[in-house]
Amino acid sequence: MTQLMQVLNDCKTNGRKALIVYITAGYPDYQTTVAAVLAAAAAGADVVEIGMPFSDPMADGPVIQKAATAALKAGATTEQTLKAIREIRKTSTIPLVIMTYINIVLQYGKAKFINNFSAAGIDGLIIPDMPIEECDILQAECNETKLNLIQLAAPTSTAQRIGKICAKASGFIYCVSNTGVTGVRSVDYSSIGDVIKIIRQHSNLPTAIGFGIGSPEAACQAAQYADAVIVGSAVVQRLTDGGVPAVGNFVAEIRHVLDKEGKKY
Amino acid sequence: MMPIKNGRFGQYGGRFVPETVMPALIELEQYYQQLKGDKEFQQEFDLYLKQYAGRPTNLYYAEQLTRHYGRAKIYLKREDLLHTGAHKINNALGQALLAKRMGKKRIVAETGAGQHGVATATVCALFGLACTVYMGEEDMERQALNVFRMRLLGAKVVPVTSGSGTLKDATSEAIRDWVTNVRDSHYIIGSVVGPHPYPMIVRDFQAVIGQELKLQLKEKNNADPDYLVACVGGGSNAMGLFYPYHDNPRVKKIGVEAAGHGLTTNSHAASLTHGRPGVLHGAYSFLLQDDDGQVIPAYSISAGLDYPGVGPEHSYFKQAGIVEYTAVTDDEALAAFQRLSRQEGIIPALESSHALAYLETLMPQTKEDQIVVVCLSGRGDKDVQMVAQLLEGKI
Repeated sequence: MTQLMQVLNDCKTNGRKALIVYITAGYPDYQTTVAAVLAAAAAGADVVEIGMPFSDPMADGPVIQKAATAALKAGATTEQTLKAIREIRKTSTIPLVIMTYINIVLQYGKAKFINNFSAAGIDGLIIPDMPIEECDILQAECNETKLNLIQLAAPTSTAQRIGKICAKASGFIYCVSNTGVTGVRSVDYSSIGDVIKIIRQHSNLPTAIGFGIGSPEAACQAAQYADAVIVGSAVVQRLTDGGVPAVGNFVAEIRHVLDKEGKKY
Repeated sequence: MMPIKNGRFGQYGGRFVPETVMPALIELEQYYQQLKGDKEFQQEFDLYLKQYAGRPTNLYYAEQLTRHYGRAKIYLKREDLLHTGAHKINNALGQALLAKRMGKKRIVAETGAGQHGVATATVCALFGLACTVYMGEEDMERQALNVFRMRLLGAKVVPVTSGSGTLKDATSEAIRDWVTNVRDSHYIIGSVVGPHPYPMIVRDFQAVIGQELKLQLKEKNNADPDYLVACVGGGSNAMGLFYPYHDNPRVKKIGVEAAGHGLTTNSHAASLTHGRPGVLHGAYSFLLQDDDGQVIPAYSISAGLDYPGVGPEHSYFKQAGIVEYTAVTDDEALAAFQRLSRQEGIIPALESSHALAYLETLMPQTKEDQIVVVCLSGRGDKDVQMVAQLLEGKI
């Protein structure tokens, strides 16, 4: 069992809604990335998603696009991100998940990518442009290194697809809250709630809702339907506006409200 | 029959897209397979191609150009004579009819030079569909007239500033829009690129080019052509010309990419001749990218070839040796642009000028009893202003 699954299971046992925080690697530089991950962990994040920038991120909205473009301009590379992860692992055991696009993995070499990042202490991998039809590309390597290849479900996923997604899923199931790209917006979480009801018929894995969550209140609304919530663009925006301390404060705020309100559900 | 399972042409192609749009791609594929065998749909499509777009396009014997080289006979497949001025209307019509059958009320498209955007805006006006076209900010400046055309036709043109602000970013933005509005919108992609089933659908709608050519050559009592030449950006006009001949190795097929300022510079768009396989916009295919897999913006004087990827079936054709791919520079294309204007009184699009430029290399190798067919994919009116600036004082 990965550290990721251990932590998410413990949260479930203790009635704690897990908080997953997204940070763009190398934005605005790697020193900040390491500090921001550690600050998020200290402020009560249960898992950190490290977004590896890609030049053409089709699932991302303006905030994460801009962060990725800036990181690439500043010289972000796969090798540098690997180094940053090793740095984080010197002082923290927080579960880490990589989110990136398939071309980044393929060009580094898929076996090398999975081996190196697994050895550096990554628990899981999210590839938003790799649906179940294509995920066999990485499945064998992930199984071998015991890395969780995290599957995504969307409000448009049919019941039949949800069954197939659950069959392939590992770690947790990433539930995309609305049709759209990443970015803060007002969302009716009940529609992904319906998807999660179907997931529950097929899988006991933890569920996490992401896309659109931009405030402690939104996190609480989403948490009604799932075991975890993922906050991305809003965190990256805090990092842009107020640096590492702003990330810590924002994560602490969500954590506080989730602990207070989240238990009601 | 390609594509095989999961939309693969050999190892190329596939569906590398967010889960949100996967159900829509599967639905599109099912609908399309149904309509492919539907006589009524095919008749409707044929009728619009004939009466609205102006098919069949002429197969024109370019006598002056033939005399200029003094070798094989050169024929031009005149896609430039179609309504809206390029082959793009073939696909736009087919996909709009498909969208209508699927009950979609809104169309999303991307455009580079504006040809596909204009073709899409045109068919949306015709069929009463709402239309949103994404276009790079830089391209909107370069092709201001096409922006006006699209707006005149009732389309909403949205400037794209993300990334490099060109066709690849406009494509990403169109996909993002489609991901968001997938329930009521259909995405009309402009070339044989993107996730399965798009490369197959666009190929089938463009294959009318090569199918007509077969009939026209038969009528002229000619045998098969010896050479087919077409320009390749995403590769839709080339695919349309080549595909009906893909299983005939006696017909040599040459795809001409944009070498921009030269292949030794970083300013070109030659993904097949100078890139390596990777994933962009939902498909695994040849791609201009750095060591880390970051996409390198393409460059060409021709906005329609200015794309860092290429259709996955072209990657397969390259690997299987079915088509030969080469590249010509901006300067060579500009020379061909002027040559055809002077010798045949036909101003070709800068895209098509790349195919014409390759005749300089090809023709000396041909014999008098052979036949060369060049796909004149579009007319050059849209390029005249820019070429005028470039050639000022030189004509």
